[in-house]
Amino acid sequence: MARSKDKGGSEVNAGSMADIAFLLLIFFLVTTQIATNKGLTLLLPPKQEEDEPLEVKQQQRNIFKILVNSQDKILIEDDQVIDDVSEIRSMVYDFVLNFGSPGDVKKGAAKVSDRETYASLPPAMRSYVNSNLGSSESSDGPSSAIVSLKADRGSSYEIFIQILDELNAAYNRIYGERVGLTDEEFRKLKRSDPRQKALYDEARSGIPKAISIAEPSKVGG
Amino acid sequence: MSKFKKKSESTQDIPTAALPDIIFMLLFFFMVTTVLRETEVLVEQRIPRAEQLVKLEKKKLVTYLYIGKPKDEALGIEPLIQANDAFVSIDGIVQWVNVEKDKLSEVERDQITISMKVDEETKMGIIVDVQTELRNANARKIIYAAPTKSNDN
Repeated sequence: MARSKDKGGSEVNAGSMADIAFLLLIFFLVTTQIATNKGLTLLLPPKQEEDEPLEVKQQQRNIFKILVNSQDKILIEDDQVIDDVSEIRSMVYDFVLNFGSPGDVKKGAAKVSDRETYASLPPAMRSYVNSNLGSSESSDGPSSAIVSLKADRGSSYEIFIQILDELNAAYNRIYGERVGLTDEEFRKLKRSDPRQKALYDEARSGIPKAISIAEPSKVGG
Repeated sequence: MSKFKKKSESTQDIPTAALPDIIFMLLFFFMVTTVLRETEVLVEQRIPRAEQLVKLEKKKLVTYLYIGKPKDEALGIEPLIQANDAFVSIDGIVQWVNVEKDKLSEVERDQITISMKVDEETKMGIIVDVQTELRNANARKIIYAAPTKSNDN
């Protein structure tokens, strides 16, 4: 008969287990940050050698110039002041896909000429290029088009990031449209997956992302 | 009346025995996914947002540079560069990059990626100087860390 008494107390009360776990959970929620490894990538040019000429002469029409002064005002191609950063996206899009005088010279690591690049574009893009672009005053073709961004020493980092964001958006739009994706889908391609890597390479072949960050002037404008 | 009363006698409590298990699962999720900060950031960090972000694939190759106004007011208001847990001068960057490169295996040394976390109020001057030094140190891959821009603005 004494046994029945024992039976009642043999279980440990687990009711407060949830509270303890909650406490731990809240501690981890508060103290930790999920690491963000996202950002805008940029490849710097190689180190400048002493005896190398400072500037390799490029045709002016193949360079899309963006200047930012110390008041964060933006000047495009030396003659156009814009207030809204988002205008840059379509300008760069048109500039890169201009195909003013596409050549047959094979350039770059993939050895693709401008004509081959043009032939590989989807029909919708080709008709856009034919009807709206092809000006002799803009770039010869994607392989020679360079976007040059020159920010004054006194300009803010914020505007720099905004412009860099727009430039990347323009290129991603071109790459995406070329393989039938939106710019967002293109950006999310995983290069570790061989099939997605092939798509990524196909989109980029012949159209290098040539963003040059020029040395700024020492005196603010 | 008596019919209804009989029914209500059965217990109405939701069984909470599984609650600790659920909470533990959440707890483990957070414990696994989060990374504890190794370095204390000594400069202000309000990083401008951007849209066209690329995710870094190899975390091992990334080292961080923090640029911004120092949090400690005694250090002045000019932006400073913090590498790992100490401030470096512009001239010290090449040496710092070489030290970081030595930590990687030989084949990966040229692929070192410098992640720059820059406060939005910083002027471009210091950033360009840092870029020039990184070029000199042959660490050419850089990434401007930025959080995702929310879609509504």
